[in-house]
Amino acid sequence: MSDAVLSIRNLSVEIPTRSGVVKPVDGVSYDISAGEILGVVGESGAGKSMAGNAVIGLLNPPAHIAQGEIWLNGTRIDALKGEAMRRLRGKEIGMVFQDPLTSLNPLLSIGDQLTETMLTHLPISRAEAGKRAVAALEEVGIPGAAERIDSYPHEFSGGMRQRVVIALALCAEPSLIIADEPTTALDVSVQAQIIALLKRLCRDRGTAVMLITHDMGVIAEAADRVAVMYAGRLAELGRVRDVLTQPQHPYTGGLMASTPLASAGKARLHQIEGAMPRLDNVPDGCPFHPRCTYAESKCRAAPAPQISQNHAACWFPLMAQKVS
Amino acid sequence: MTDLSDQKIAPKVAQKSRLRVFLDSDIYYTFRRSPIAVISTIVVTILVLSAIFAPLIAPTNPFNPASLNLMNGFTPPMAPNAFTGESFILGTDDQGRDVFSTILYGMRISLFVGVAAVLFAMVLGITLGLISGYVGGWTETIIMRIADVQLTFPSILVAMLIFGIAKGVTPIEYRDQMAIWVLIIAIGLSDWVQFARVVRGATLVEKRKEYVEAARLIGRKPYAVMLRHILPNVLSPVLVIATISLALAIIAEATLSFLGVGAPPTQPSLGTLIRIGQGFLFSGEWWILLFPALTLLTLALSVNLLGDWLRDALNPRLR
Repeated sequence: MSDAVLSIRNLSVEIPTRSGVVKPVDGVSYDISAGEILGVVGESGAGKSMAGNAVIGLLNPPAHIAQGEIWLNGTRIDALKGEAMRRLRGKEIGMVFQDPLTSLNPLLSIGDQLTETMLTHLPISRAEAGKRAVAALEEVGIPGAAERIDSYPHEFSGGMRQRVVIALALCAEPSLIIADEPTTALDVSVQAQIIALLKRLCRDRGTAVMLITHDMGVIAEAADRVAVMYAGRLAELGRVRDVLTQPQHPYTGGLMASTPLASAGKARLHQIEGAMPRLDNVPDGCPFHPRCTYAESKCRAAPAPQISQNHAACWFPLMAQKVS
Repeated sequence: MTDLSDQKIAPKVAQKSRLRVFLDSDIYYTFRRSPIAVISTIVVTILVLSAIFAPLIAPTNPFNPASLNLMNGFTPPMAPNAFTGESFILGTDDQGRDVFSTILYGMRISLFVGVAAVLFAMVLGITLGLISGYVGGWTETIIMRIADVQLTFPSILVAMLIFGIAKGVTPIEYRDQMAIWVLIIAIGLSDWVQFARVVRGATLVEKRKEYVEAARLIGRKPYAVMLRHILPNVLSPVLVIATISLALAIIAEATLSFLGVGAPPTQPSLGTLIRIGQGFLFSGEWWILLFPALTLLTLALSVNLLGDWLRDALNPRLR
């Protein structure tokens, strides 16, 4: 395998339902290397969170990994079960959830939650864990960390709570952090702080980050590379600057054009016609073709080409069209 | 849990004492503002204390045959006995036992059986409810179907059935000693379903919250997730049911004892006393029945009102 912290190869997640098998994630591959932030974007139901859940092994049955491989630091983890999985994922993967209201246990003090995480995975004493908990809170910018260590989650504001969640995700020194919409539930003014914090801490420690979001602004701000997902498949994968300035896949282009800009006058916001297909009814060929302004008969007939670095999963990438 | 406090730098804000925190809490505020809650708490406290300290309060020990004088039999309340001239506050029964003392001792047994049965039902119900809510699948189906089946029988019938079986398998010479414990198990087994259902429901809600996923993610074992993270968060409805169940358990015990399948005459509970007393109702010795019955009523009613108040106080929607 490469030196990537996380490698996903041809991952598919399936959910058997009454009306047939649904594939919320279909043949997705990407790598994240140490210290790198990979943004995963897409509409609701595009499979971004489902792919994240597959990595941490928290798919709720009957959803399951149907095929593909997940490698973490050179160990294959998709087939790990029980004890081995518990140990590995807790130690090596940290998770930042969307809603800081529910991602902290309301009845345990934040100090207890931090020490619990550390004691589970690090060979340190309780006193040492207590010290580290204070240090972790200071690091995420909680003022008066030593006094607030015995406070309960309800005594913090949303932004502060998300900082605690980040401290919690980082305290066992994982090599990968999965942040599932970490700023969606926060005020816009706080979002930037949290993103900057996440970015700084992961840079410093060389932690790889999978940043799942639907906010192109967050991606532009934080990510090094971006993976655009559509209907469970990767539409485009590449460096953030390339993808944002010169999107190749028409879907990415549509997403970019429909991002509101404060400077953009009164022109109506662009919208992509139609809606993402239901997962039990993904059209043949390229899944985006019914909504694509550039679609031709080839798009309806043949599945979109394999994605590769700097190459979108599209028969007629936007750049090529502009050139011709 | 935390020994963090030892090495904590002196806090700038003075820490509130636990008592202060309690006195400032919402629950204490609503408690103070509810006369029913205050009165029933006072009544329950008096009854529980007098049951616990029965040997100190009771004028006689009604179960020490040496202290009994058959001549004192059927003394009416507050009136001197025709032969001995002795007077008893609530009168005496046929064997000259002081009714007031038998009530104090009887309440001890009633309360002990009630509390122990509820604790037993709670432990059983919470365990099964947590497991079925958290694990799901077949485990849940089996546990909850057993619960459903049991709910189709009146609980007193279930208790009598269990009591009857237990009585059948215990040797005669241990029967009276075992009776109290069999009673506890019988009532507890007939009452666990309530706890299991409520805990399962609350567990299903909590399980979906992200802090539970986070706990699973950091690699806590399932039992640790259940006990440390879910259980404390599902306890408040359990507290309400436990209080109301206590009233029901006391009544169930009285019912069983009244029917003659509960506490033996050598260790009479309030129900046994009522059973003994109703035999004398038509011969005019009304006090032997009335006072144990009133005590049972007061006890059950106060506990029940307390449970009602607790349910309202802990329900955020009714605030």
